[in-house]
Amino acid sequence: MSTAPALSRGPAWGYGTGPMTVPPDSGALRAALARPADWRDFLALTKPRVMSLVIFTGLCGMLAAPGHINPVLGFTAILCIAIGAGGAAALNQWWEAEIDAGMKRTRNRPLPAGRMSRDSARDFGVGLSAASVMVMGLAIGWLAALILAVSIVYYAVVYTIWLKPRTPQNIVIGGGAGAFPPMIGWVAATGHVSLMAVVLFAIIFIWTPPHFWALALFVKTDYAKVGIPMMPVVAGEPSTRRQILGYAVVLAPVSLLPWWIGGAGAVYGVCAGVLSAVFLALSVRVGLRTRSGDEDAMKPEKQLFAYSILYLFVLFGALVADRWIEVGFHG
Amino acid sequence: MVEPELTPAERKRIIAARNRALALVLLALVVLFFAITIVKVKI
Repeated sequence: MSTAPALSRGPAWGYGTGPMTVPPDSGALRAALARPADWRDFLALTKPRVMSLVIFTGLCGMLAAPGHINPVLGFTAILCIAIGAGGAAALNQWWEAEIDAGMKRTRNRPLPAGRMSRDSARDFGVGLSAASVMVMGLAIGWLAALILAVSIVYYAVVYTIWLKPRTPQNIVIGGGAGAFPPMIGWVAATGHVSLMAVVLFAIIFIWTPPHFWALALFVKTDYAKVGIPMMPVVAGEPSTRRQILGYAVVLAPVSLLPWWIGGAGAVYGVCAGVLSAVFLALSVRVGLRTRSGDEDAMKPEKQLFAYSILYLFVLFGALVADRWIEVGFHG
Repeated sequence: MVEPELTPAERKRIIAARNRALALVLLALVVLFFAITIVKVKI
């Protein structure tokens, strides 16, 4: 039994200096060629936990939209969003197999663990991505398919290949990839991109940096080890904390936008206000912390990370509840 | 960490399970495409 392949990546955070080369298949990854991958490994390649949030926000975007969609077509649209997200996740793991091997959090994924060949992961990712866009286009509409295709390319190419190894702003710009699902759901139901669809995109876009940097604060040693220029590694903890707080301050009014522009009612407005106030309070605690401790002392950061997931689930759930209440009252 | 070598029986079991999973997915897709067709014809 051998250990994971040694990383031969260059020094960290050399952003602006061109792409960091990912070494060709080696060691554990090549050993996987002789081993048939289990179906569970293919499933793991789609990052099911991340997919659950993508499915949920896509579904909420669809249910909160003013249009009506046949349940079969609605199910198909959500399935396409899920499959597209799975395909993008597989491509992400194909590209980052060597990086994943160097991080405690990801070293047991199918590729770094040597349970699957790299080519299988690539083919699986391309197949899922292409199939999701084609089915979305044929069954739902080509505008929704186009946005789905953009989101897949955005995540697999713009974020994974281009931004992530180059700049500490990777998650800020790359966060756009995760912001597309509610917009796709909305377009699937209505057939067009409205202001509300853009606002839903903006909420997730602004939510992503504090969510991800809270995680990055307590796993920063992992990122530093593999040369990924995450904000805490490059700019340091104090700067990251200030930026988390800054994004939380911006998120509060942005989360209230659906109510202000008349896209959602008071139920959503009250929920968004309360949820964002708690988000802000937790971010203040993280943002104003001056003493950085070891991983065990990162309780406020872990709490903010956990709450940020709950925040998004409840916020989008409130959006749907608000819409259903409105439909119930006005028919 | 690299997984240990597989015995022929384990290899066969993995491939069989994978084939069953693939067959189920394909069957589900056939049902879904059939349903989509019906809906599209009605719209």
